[in-house]
Amino acid sequence: MGATVVESKEMIATRVAYGKALAELGKTNPNVVVLDADLCGSTQTKFFAKEFPDRFFNMGIAEQNMIGVAAGLSTCGKIPFASSFAMFAAGRAWEFVRNAVCHNKFNVKICATHAGLTVGEDGASHQIIEDLALMRVIPGMTVIVPADATEAKLATFEIAKFVGPVYMRLGRSNVPVLFDEKEYKFEIGKAQVIKPGIDVSIFACGVMVSRALWAQELLQKEGISAEIINVSTIKPLDKETILASVRKTGCAVTCEEHNVIAGLGDAVAGVLSEELPSPLKKIGVMDIFGQSGKGDELLIHYGLSKEKIAEAAKEVIKRKN
Amino acid sequence: MPLSEKKHKELTEICKDLRKTILKMVNAQASGHPGGSMSACEIAAVLYFAVMNYDPKNPEKPDRDRLVVSKGHATPLVYSILAKAGYFKGDDLLTFRQLGSPYQGHTDRLRVPGVETSTGSLGQGSTFAVGAALGSRLNKFKNRIYLLQSDGELQEGSSWEAIMSAGHYHLGNLTTILDRNRIQLDGWTEETMALEPIGKKFEAFNWHVQEVDGHDLNQLNDAILKTHEIGPKENKPCVIIAHTIKGKGVTFMEDQVKWHGVAPNDEELANALKELV
Repeated sequence: MGATVVESKEMIATRVAYGKALAELGKTNPNVVVLDADLCGSTQTKFFAKEFPDRFFNMGIAEQNMIGVAAGLSTCGKIPFASSFAMFAAGRAWEFVRNAVCHNKFNVKICATHAGLTVGEDGASHQIIEDLALMRVIPGMTVIVPADATEAKLATFEIAKFVGPVYMRLGRSNVPVLFDEKEYKFEIGKAQVIKPGIDVSIFACGVMVSRALWAQELLQKEGISAEIINVSTIKPLDKETILASVRKTGCAVTCEEHNVIAGLGDAVAGVLSEELPSPLKKIGVMDIFGQSGKGDELLIHYGLSKEKIAEAAKEVIKRKN
Repeated sequence: MPLSEKKHKELTEICKDLRKTILKMVNAQASGHPGGSMSACEIAAVLYFAVMNYDPKNPEKPDRDRLVVSKGHATPLVYSILAKAGYFKGDDLLTFRQLGSPYQGHTDRLRVPGVETSTGSLGQGSTFAVGAALGSRLNKFKNRIYLLQSDGELQEGSSWEAIMSAGHYHLGNLTTILDRNRIQLDGWTEETMALEPIGKKFEAFNWHVQEVDGHDLNQLNDAILKTHEIGPKENKPCVIIAHTIKGKGVTFMEDQVKWHGVAPNDEELANALKELV
């Protein structure tokens, strides 16, 4: 499955696209209800709250209760979307997500914003770099990381149709618009080749997809053809697309705004080491806490840059032989 | 409606049967939680056989009355009363806690019909009940949501998050019955982590509070029926603090910490059953 990257200078945060999509969804689906934990101005559920006050529940600063209440609502024919910062929705409320939602197979959508380093100035207490790990280890959980506003919007509509628990990771900062809404098809469980190449496979999710594309341009200047794959569903992982790409290129780089432990990199490494052992390098946060700073600065500071991705690509290409 | 003499007798017999089944179930695998199951028999019997509207042939009926059992370790009680209420035959109840049995150590809604939500992790059922009450109200159902909560689980902060939100959202369709048996795994609640004054705490969170003898069928029935009026009238969630005795019905088990999570052996079971004739 492939998709085309558009030339656009537009920058929109995935949380904003989510918030607007949610308000749109509210118009067509009367069963959608939204919960927030005193952050609707930040998570962007404010649009839905304004349009549909009867179907919006502010649960106060109490994320565990929010997740449990969402579980209860799902048994009344509702499709609850519960939002907070990822630190608290995935971190604070983890055991409720596991037991109150997933163990019951309840149809709850946890759409968590402000994930990763690009929260920026708030610093390490809010920069969750562990949520993909925490969510993907729960049996039956679907984990989605949209790369841009278009994908965030389409994913919001898709997860409302899907029956079962979903975790969707969204960002605070503006990120480049990569896809055209009219052409792009989002499908849960499908990774997409967004730039074909033959020398190295670069798997990325979220904000790192744009960085991977920038790295691809750098590599191209040196005559290296990198294939860029947007892995927007972390679980269930699209093994076929991953294997097909690495069968062709013979090596892989993964890029994520997450701890290099137990996130996208380890998920891809798991598939490759079992089915197609290949040189691989993970770009991500090297198991350390972040700090205050501007989002873009932080990505560069912690090595999540186009230059580091390009270096990693050259390294794995060398290791092929 | 107050309980008729006939109904009272019927419920008394049901409670005796429940206690016998509970004891046999935990004895079979030498595992489970008898004490907190036996303390809540009267509560469950009044709910299922005098108060609630439900159809065991259609457990997912949208506007059913619902009992959410937040004390998910009270499975011996849950499974025995659901069997009695007709959700399933229950001739295999003694497989409780065995590999492959539908009767898991803590409730699993995907394996046993009539279980509203899987619990066991304390302080979660209450949050689910708030969601079920909000959802039922959105659907304009006339049903009620009942929550059976243990006293010990009030030590979980999430219990109070749920209590706060039920008060905030004026959930007049929610009735909590607190099984105040005063004992948790490590000892008396008031020595482990004091809970009193519980009634005043609920009041402070904008709940209507009643206290009853949790083994008195008439008191329980009347108090539950009162919540049907007061809840919608005052737009408040209602709690009934049911003062109970852990291990109720078997002399050597009553008020003993040991029987929170320990099963009687064969000899103890035989002695216990003699008391429940």
